This record gives sequence, structure tokens and C-alpha cells, in this order.
Amino acid sequence: MSVLAVSFASFTHLEFWIGVGVLAAIYGIFSVGLQVNIGYTGIYNFGQVGFMAIGAYAMATLVVKARLSFWLALPLASGMAIVLGVALGLLGLRLRSHYFAIATISFAEITRYVIQDLKVTGGTAGMLGFETSWTRVATWMSARLHLAPKYYLAPLLIVSWIVFLCVVFGVRALLRTPWGRVLRGIREDEDAVRALGKNTLRFKVQSLALAAFLGSVAGYLLALDLNYLSPDAFTSDTTFIAYAMLVVAGLGSFVGILFGAVFIEVLLEGTRFINLPLADERVAALRFIIVGLVLILGMAFRPQGLLGKRDEMVLRD
Amino acid sequence: MARPRRWCIQGALLTATTEAREDLPGAQARLSLPLGPRGFFSVLLAAFIVVALIHGGGHAFAQTTLNGLTSGAYFALGAVGLTFIYGSLRLINFAHGDFLTFGAYMGFLANVTLHLPLAVAALFAVTTTAALGVTTEKVMWRPMRSRRAGTFQVILMAVGLAFVLRYGIQFVAGPQLRALHVDATTSFKLPWGLTFGRTALFVAVASYLVLAGVGAMLRFSSLGKQMRALSDDLALAETTGIDTQRIILVIWIFAGGLAGLAGVLHACAIGSFDPNFGFVLILTLFASVVLGGIGSPYGALAGGVILGLVQEWSTLVIGPQWKIVVGFSVLMLVLLVRPEGVLARPRSL
Repeated sequence: MSVLAVSFASFTHLEFWIGVGVLAAIYGIFSVGLQVNIGYTGIYNFGQVGFMAIGAYAMATLVVKARLSFWLALPLASGMAIVLGVALGLLGLRLRSHYFAIATISFAEITRYVIQDLKVTGGTAGMLGFETSWTRVATWMSARLHLAPKYYLAPLLIVSWIVFLCVVFGVRALLRTPWGRVLRGIREDEDAVRALGKNTLRFKVQSLALAAFLGSVAGYLLALDLNYLSPDAFTSDTTFIAYAMLVVAGLGSFVGILFGAVFIEVLLEGTRFINLPLADERVAALRFIIVGLVLILGMAFRPQGLLGKRDEMVLRD
Repeated sequence: MARPRRWCIQGALLTATTEAREDLPGAQARLSLPLGPRGFFSVLLAAFIVVALIHGGGHAFAQTTLNGLTSGAYFALGAVGLTFIYGSLRLINFAHGDFLTFGAYMGFLANVTLHLPLAVAALFAVTTTAALGVTTEKVMWRPMRSRRAGTFQVILMAVGLAFVLRYGIQFVAGPQLRALHVDATTSFKLPWGLTFGRTALFVAVASYLVLAGVGAMLRFSSLGKQMRALSDDLALAETTGIDTQRIILVIWIFAGGLAGLAGVLHACAIGSFDPNFGFVLILTLFASVVLGGIGSPYGALAGGVILGLVQEWSTLVIGPQWKIVVGFSVLMLVLLVRPEGVLARPRSL
């Protein structure tokens, strides 16, 4: 009796791996925002999923309820996430780190419950029918690339990975500018940076706004992937899973996120082709136990992350 | 609004005081409120009560007060452990909600699987959850403290522990709804047409007895005083000769045991539970803790009860589905205008 059978049928199903790839890119973009906050600025953003929810729902609501063009809704949704990020930062970033962590997670949970309770966002029933403009583009792309219909997610895979790579290398370049050096200085010693005459609150708010923007981008890409929005897709677990990606990637490493995102998504989604002798819900629980263990063991034994550089990232308060 | 600072003269104490100042939630954030912070929040609460009374009427108000006192009781039981852990170890125990879940499932194991009476099951839950708290301290938190782990490391480990516990419970017990062997339907008729469930009454009476016992223990016993000293300032407590390692273990037993009890009582009061309920509850517990002043046990007890009442009263003004949002909004409001808490005496620094 085989204990660990691998059914190659689903292993070779390319469309399955396309789906995993899309999710890896989406959560990778999401994690880049967290990396900017925690890895580069030292601010404890535990509410990133709130920005993702706002990006997704603002876009969907503007398209479905306000009948706005999809292409116009995207920048508006990001703008809304950025405004909320700035507001949260201005109000909350004066708090010490622990308290800011609690403030951000409650921001994310308030956002989710408000979305769930409001009529305009579809409530618990969710939201449909916001992706027609994208479907037109996707169909055009599929036709140009001569893709079989079952690879319907391939255009989104291409777009999300282009966005992901642009984000990874763009943000990495941005953080090598003098602006990025100030952020790193804040992470190392905020008082010293303040003594140099920098308004550290302003830089921290900008860092949070950048994370909010990236969260919103991940949000509408996720909306396009799911085709259907429900508040359940935006629980705080998402933020914590993204932290597990950062633990794998290494704090302060952007290229590592490419690996961390793929690793965690393959763990969460790609392991479906391994047939464990367990009920489905047990296997689902097991995956999250592994995520928890990655967080615990990673932080206990390799706080700089699996791929991180220790001299760059010795963690401080 | 800078408060007068009390400077200590002795070197060791001075160091401890400076460290304590580092932990002040928002040294730059002090907003000056009209009427002072307590006055401001009292007026806010009074205005809210008036609105709820007018909206809902006296009868509904009295009924929601009964409900709020019940849920507030187990919020308080959960919150007091959380605040102790933060106060003494500077650890935001994100897994504390899952301690409640663990307690509820241990109660289920004893009560339903093994057919033991509810009181025995509650005792079993208290013991096992206390043991869980001590285990996490010995396996995770003490080694991390001796390695001088950073704040961020410890927070993420607590998040990881929350995942392991919640999904570990789901792995073993399955994701379906469970219920203890309690009578959730019979209710007492009180004068004025009010009703109070038999189980809810049991939960409320048990909780308030335990709360009173906890309060008295902290106030009068030497152990309670040592625990409060640690929660106030660990380094300072150590310089006065308290065996801090021992008291930290006592705090974990205390926090775990009360969390286990709160889990069982929550399971009784609500009627059913799943592996997620503790994690959903954690922000409500944080809200109670922050409202009461983080690190202050009496504050957390009072904060939990007030939060339970405010959540229930809010159902008179807006729909019951907003109850959780109201709780989190209290948390945000207090964090933003008065992060050192409303109920506790502000720490002199």
C-alpha cells in the first residue's frame, strides 16, 4: 500500500500549475509591500490584507455598481487604498510598534466586516461581473498566442508575472535611492534619522502608502483570478501567509520573494497532487500547520530568513 | 500633555524606568482631550447609552444589558491573561485566542467524548490549557528571551503558534460545529418580561465568581502582588528580589487556565463553536486589554465587561451584524486617542 502516492495525472495538468503561478505572483506582489514595511522601514504592518480587500472591492464596486470603466476603476481603487494607507499611517504610526501591529490588524478586520455588512459591496453573497473588460483583453491575448481554451488563465499568468517582476525590480531600485536609504535608516535607528533633520513620520507614512498601493494591485489581480469576490478571501490569514513568504524569502530580500512566493503557493495549492491517506479537510489543516511551523522555526532559528543575509538584517526592535 | 515624571535616584531603578518609557505606547501621540481622557470617554459612553436607550426602549436595553454582562464576563476572563503576558513579557500573544479554542475543545473532549459532567470538563479544560501555556513558555518563549529575540521575531512566532494550534485543533477535531452538553434552550422568566437563559445564567454566575476571586487574589495575596509587580515592570520587580522565573510560570498557568475557562464558558453561552472562534475573538480581547490599559489586570477585567455591554447595546442602534465592528472600532479609537488605556491609572513615568 502506498502511503504517499503521486498522481501524475494532475501533476501534468498544465492549467493547474498556471493557476498556482497566478496566485504566486499575486501574493508575491502583496508580500513586496510587506517587505518594504517590515524589512526596510521596520514598521509592523499586520493589516496588508485590508489594502488588498479595498483594491479588489473598490474596483469591483466602481465597475459593477457605478458602471465605471474597468481601466478607470483600477487607478481609483489604488488611490483609495493609498488614501486609507496614509490615513492609517498618520493616525497610527505615532504608536509604538506593538500597538501599531494591533491597530493595523484591526484595520484589516474592520475593513473585512464592513465589506461583509454593506449592501453596496454585495455583503456575504459576494460580487460578480466586474471582469468583462479584462476578458476581452484575455481573449485577444489567447487568440494571438493560439492558446487552447482550457488555458484561459494563461493571459492573467503572463500579466501578473510581468507586474510581479516589475514590482520586485522597481521597488528594489526605488529602495536604492536616497529615499530608500532613509527608510533603512529608520529601521536601524529612528532617533538618529530624526536627529539628522528628517521627518521620519513622513517617510514611514510613504512606506505604508507604497505597501497599500501594492496591496491594491494584488487585490484586483486576485479579483480577476477569482472572477468572484467574497469577504472570506480577505481574512488576516492572508497577511500571515505572506509573512511566511517573507520568512522564506529573507527579510530585506526582494529577489527572494520570487522564490518565497512560489514556495509557499506550491505548498498551499500545488500539494494537491500528493494523495495523502487523509481526509481532504485534514490535508488542508496540515498545510496551514506547516505555514505556522515555517513562521515559528524560521523566526527562532533563522530570523534573517532562509535566503536572507545576516549582516544586512540583524533584527532589532 | 506631559505628565509629571517621577525620577528614581538609584542607578538600577533609573535604568528600569528608562526601559519602561521605551515601552510607552505613544510618547508622541498624547492628544489633549476635552474633559481629560476619562471624562471624555465617560461622556462618550453616557451619550452612547442614552442613544441606545432612546432607540431601543427600556425593555430592550435591560435585555441587552443582561446579554452584554454575560459576554463581557468571558471577554474579561480571556483578556486578563493576555494583559498579564504582555505586561510582564512584552509578548503580544496572538495565540491567546486559540488558547480559548483549545480550552473549549478540551471541555468537549471531557464533556461529550468522555461523558463527564460539565464542571469536571471545565476543570479539565482549565488544567490542560494552563499546561499548554506553561509548555509554550518553556519550549518557545523562555529560550527566545534568553536569546534576546527581537520584538518582530516574537510576534511572528506567536502568529505561527496561533496557526499551529488552530489548524492542529482542526486537524484532530475537524472543521464542523461542535456543542457541549448544555441546555441552551431553557430560560428563566424574569420580571418585566426579561429572559435569561439557564446556561447564560450559569456562565455569568461562574464568570463573576471567578472574576471576583481573581481580583481579590491579585489585590490581597502576596502571589497576586508579585504578579502585578511583574506585569508593571519586570526589571524593577527583579531588583526587588522577586523570583521572576517562578512568577512568570505562575502567570502562564493563570493566563492559560483562565483562557481555558473562558473558552468553555464561551462555548456554553454561544451554544456551538468551531476551531476558528478563538482567533475571531482575539481582537475583541485586545480591545478589552487596550481599553483597560495594557498590562493592567483590573483594567482588563473592567474593559472586558464594558466591551461586552457596548457591543450588545450597539445592537439597539445598528444591526447586530455590526457588533464585531463596534468592538474593533472601540479598539481603534482607544489606540488612536489614548493608547495607554482609559480605565487604568496612567503609569507615572
